[in-house]
Amino acid sequence: MIHAIAQAAAVLATALFIFSLYWMNDPKTARRGVVAGVTGMVIAVGATWIQPEIVHHGWIVLAILAGFIVGVPLSLVPLTAVPQRTALSHAFGGLAAGLVGTAEYFLGVGEGPAQLTAFRMSAIIAEIILGFLTFTGSLMATGKLQEVKWIPQRPVTYFGQNVVNVGVLVIAVALGVLVVLHPAAPWAPRAFLAVAGLALLFGVLLIIPIGGADMPTVISILNSYAGLSAVAMGFVLDNKLLVTAGALDGSSGLILSIIMCRAMNRSFTNVLFGAFGTVQKTVAVGEQKAWKQETTEGAAQLLEQANLVVVIPGYGMAVAQAQHKVRELYDQLTKRGIAVKFAIHPVAGRMPGHMNVLLAEANIPYTALVEMEEINPDMPQCDVALVIGANDVVNPAARYAKGSPIYGMPIIDADKAKTVLAIKRSKNPGFAGIDNELYVQDNTWMLFGDAKAVIGDLVRQLAGGSGLH
Amino acid sequence: MNDYWSMLFVFVLATFIGLGVIRRVSRLLYTPLMSLTNAISAIAVVGSIVVAGADYPSTIRIIGAVALFASMTNIVSGFLITDRMLKMFKKQ
Repeated sequence: MIHAIAQAAAVLATALFIFSLYWMNDPKTARRGVVAGVTGMVIAVGATWIQPEIVHHGWIVLAILAGFIVGVPLSLVPLTAVPQRTALSHAFGGLAAGLVGTAEYFLGVGEGPAQLTAFRMSAIIAEIILGFLTFTGSLMATGKLQEVKWIPQRPVTYFGQNVVNVGVLVIAVALGVLVVLHPAAPWAPRAFLAVAGLALLFGVLLIIPIGGADMPTVISILNSYAGLSAVAMGFVLDNKLLVTAGALDGSSGLILSIIMCRAMNRSFTNVLFGAFGTVQKTVAVGEQKAWKQETTEGAAQLLEQANLVVVIPGYGMAVAQAQHKVRELYDQLTKRGIAVKFAIHPVAGRMPGHMNVLLAEANIPYTALVEMEEINPDMPQCDVALVIGANDVVNPAARYAKGSPIYGMPIIDADKAKTVLAIKRSKNPGFAGIDNELYVQDNTWMLFGDAKAVIGDLVRQLAGGSGLH
Repeated sequence: MNDYWSMLFVFVLATFIGLGVIRRVSRLLYTPLMSLTNAISAIAVVGSIVVAGADYPSTIRIIGAVALFASMTNIVSGFLITDRMLKMFKKQ
């Protein structure tokens, strides 16, 4: 009877989880998705807890309390820090899978080899390899995103890196196969721990060569791995609910990774093998044209005379925390009857959808946020393209410069607008280390400075203030 | 052995459902999607509850409790931050 309750709860929770994701197809219904997800979770946890084999409750209560104590503050981080929170949660997911896999193996060793069938052992090995590599890999990603001092931000590459990385993984898998074949041999527990150690090491090695601009892809891949490790845990524990929920998470990560890869024109295999993020040397441009700098007064006038303004935000906007000033600018312009659209490149920011969340936080209606493919046909009608802290995603070199590292990457056609205003913190080239000829086009005017300060000035100009307040 | 086949079956079908559902998710919501799927896959907590709460040696149960803590953190922070972000998406 009580087991039947657990089964029914699992079926119900599965249905609720699928609905939860289904409601994410529209911002209007999306919050219902959270309710469905929470309900499914409570049902599943409750049904598991009341099972007769659960005899010790103290540690469960403690661990749940600790989860709340750490989880609540983690949910209150500023939205600019959401990428690192996400990476950290992938790390926790991987850790949980790795630990449960380890516990199950040693339980099996204690109970005798009959418990450790080849199928179950394979699932355990897959679980700990995926779980532990996701754990350290995601911790490294968290560190890079949080800009922790002792983790280098720039991609670290060295000679033979891929050979070392693949070598570590191959040794881990080979040892894992040995443990699968002889799970109860006297040396097997030590080999098992070695597999876990190598997986932990592999996670670190995998993320070392990755730079900031590749983070959206990497986070998506780690998301996929975290889901797959939950699937493996489901196989180990013979639990279909875990397999389903893990598969949903895994396929979500997979789809996001594919979208991110396409948006950066990288092949999926290239990303999977970690051989990416290498900074190529600057491509020498024949003639060096000069920037044309504009004052905020002039820029404000240009904006005032426009009919259609397209704002193209990038990570620079997030760094400068400029989204609220952007909202004020949006208000000033729409008040004058000027149409304002926000063009969102899929990889703008540090994780998928990052720009949308930041702009939504600043109360910009989501109807004003437009995807790259939708906005590009309208760019020739755009009077002013306002580029805020975006660089590579608007670089026309992506269309034709074969030697360039961003060649083939789809871009927002800012250069086709009648006038381009680009706000840039410094005169240095972007992540990919290449000059952006958009900035030296005849119709481009540069505004150098901190995005928040520059947009604040623009707002003041438009509001008719003389800079006195 | 039969049961493992039905598990694989579930995995394959769930992956296809996942691909179908996720493909329809609004592109505006990719960030909350990721935190939501994260919280959902922390359903791994049911595995940790068994490891931490059954009649096992205490080292095993300590490992289970740590895993339970990690999953619980994901559940709590994942659902809360997803809702916090979704609240911000307004039409006008």
